[in-house]
Amino acid sequence: MGWLEPLLLTIITASTPLLLAAIGELVAERSGVLNLGVEGMMIMGAVCAFAVAVQTDNGFLGVIAGALAGAGLSLIFAVLTVSMATNQVATGLALTLFGIGVSGVIGDGYVGVDRSPLPRLDVPGLTDLPFIGPVLFGQDALVYLSFALVIGVTWFLRRSRAGLTLRAVGDNHHSAHSLGLPVVRARYLAILFGGACAGLGGAYLSLSYTPFWVEEMTAGRGWIALALVVFASWIPWRAIVGAYLFGTITILQFHAQGAGIGIPSQLMSSLPYLATILVLVIISYERTRARANTPLCLGIPFVADR
Amino acid sequence: MRLELERRGEQSRVMTVLSPVIAIGLTLVAGAILFLLAGIHPAEGIYTYFISPVTTAYSAQEVLVKASPLILIALGLSLCFQANVWNIGAEGQYTLGAILGGWLALAFGNFSSPLVLPAVLVAGIAGGLLWAAIPALLKTVFRTNEILTSLMLTYVALLLLDYLVRGPLRDPAGFNFPESALFGPSAVLPTLASGGRLHLGVLFAFGLAIIMAFAMPTTLKGFQIRTIGQAPKAARFAGFGTNGMILFVFLVSGGLAGLAGISEVSGTIGQLLPVISPGYGFTAIIVAFLGRLNPIGIVFAGLIMSISFIGGEAAQIRLGLPIDVAKVFQGFLLFFILACDTLIYYRLRLLKPRAAT
Repeated sequence: MGWLEPLLLTIITASTPLLLAAIGELVAERSGVLNLGVEGMMIMGAVCAFAVAVQTDNGFLGVIAGALAGAGLSLIFAVLTVSMATNQVATGLALTLFGIGVSGVIGDGYVGVDRSPLPRLDVPGLTDLPFIGPVLFGQDALVYLSFALVIGVTWFLRRSRAGLTLRAVGDNHHSAHSLGLPVVRARYLAILFGGACAGLGGAYLSLSYTPFWVEEMTAGRGWIALALVVFASWIPWRAIVGAYLFGTITILQFHAQGAGIGIPSQLMSSLPYLATILVLVIISYERTRARANTPLCLGIPFVADR
Repeated sequence: MRLELERRGEQSRVMTVLSPVIAIGLTLVAGAILFLLAGIHPAEGIYTYFISPVTTAYSAQEVLVKASPLILIALGLSLCFQANVWNIGAEGQYTLGAILGGWLALAFGNFSSPLVLPAVLVAGIAGGLLWAAIPALLKTVFRTNEILTSLMLTYVALLLLDYLVRGPLRDPAGFNFPESALFGPSAVLPTLASGGRLHLGVLFAFGLAIIMAFAMPTTLKGFQIRTIGQAPKAARFAGFGTNGMILFVFLVSGGLAGLAGISEVSGTIGQLLPVISPGYGFTAIIVAFLGRLNPIGIVFAGLIMSISFIGGEAAQIRLGLPIDVAKVFQGFLLFFILACDTLIYYRLRLLKPRAAT
């Protein structure tokens, strides 16, 4: 069993950024907004978190900066798509291109800088338990936060009044508007939440997963997070299953490369992307299940008729 | 007081033409502010990015050479976007075109025949077309979201190219550098003037733009594509097969991206390298929108984007700015163009706090 523990630990680190970004995007999409800028918001979170953490020598401030950077970028998206009713697909793509560009400029001076990873939150006594200890009680704060967010979002969407409003806005914005529900405000908040979560996912990458900054280090994780939302069919807990499935694939292909199996490393590296395609195909083939929770107004701009 | 959007009765013709101009103007203003913040004289910054590339004959040729793949890819994407099909994997289709065409060029070696070049170009088109066929078929058969599949395939294509130039296609006499052998003379796109940088690929881009400018408004296919995008229900009643159209626009855009890819490696680079594109496939998305999905507009947009690429290189050398600043400008431009496009369909109304409506 000696090999299983480090394997599980690395799977958790590979899955957490995906889970963080996916749960945020899930909320945004439930409000009827498809934000394809996850990759851009994630990379901005990664670079800003790293820069602030290095400058202040404080990982916590770095995490905050990552979330703020993601939210800040998502605000551009919100102004354009919600207030100006622009095409969401094109705006999201622009957000990703813009985020990658800005992150390269900000991160220019931070390439090659080293930093120790975020501290683990050890629980005295429990962390020393064999096997279970390090896996369950020896993680850093963002890992616990990712699970807390899933539970929080589940409760919010199912049980809270605001969550009901959010779903109503996502399923039929005209009816929601007629009922006097705040369509614009709900979408703004959902987009900002999604941006902050994507920023946290990026912060986790640069502060804990690697922990250093390189250009385009998100390497498509934002896009995989988008696929995870479809995989989860817009139900929060299923995002955990999806994120950990992809985290496992990522780690297993690393280990297979390390074990020196005669398969080209590039082929192994492409496995997470191929797996994403496969999963999307399977999900979309099961039409009834996929459709049950799809927000009906997803991707449609809202302009109040008077 | 707040701003509100009010739907116009019909599209504003003035704004259709004016919106890209306003967007470019706003990008320049944003750029000037950025330069000020970075402590660079705004005029010098803007001159380096947007004017200096067209001041010498060499760099002006370079602008045309870099604009060509952007225009070719954007022409294909404009068909997709008009039909509401979101192919964003053009970078991958471009790469596969370069791989398949480049592989054939290498297989020919120094074999000399006038048929080599056409065969290489056809292989390039086929490469892009086949790579685009995957998301197209997944969308038509399984209703799988083409945005994500086409993008995922881009990552796979880039890894495939990396594998090939470090493995099977590496130049045996290349001292283990990750690059293929140089293509034989008959597999290289001829230059338009001896000693110049312009090659036949540049003509493909501009020629095709002119052809499409005539074909789109006059042919049935052009009409069908627009109808499916703007009024899917009407298209169904008219019997325009949606699935067939998805396949058609995907394959055309993939083939054009493949042509851009093989033209780049055969005309500009001359061999396969691990990296053969500064992000043409993604920038072409901006080009397509900036050009209003219109062939002639796309030519102008491609030239502007190409200037910003070359200007970015000049700024890196002269002003010591990171190369990514060009991407920031491109992002700004796309934001502004999308925002200005709203003015085509809507009027901005300044509202006093509503007392009674």
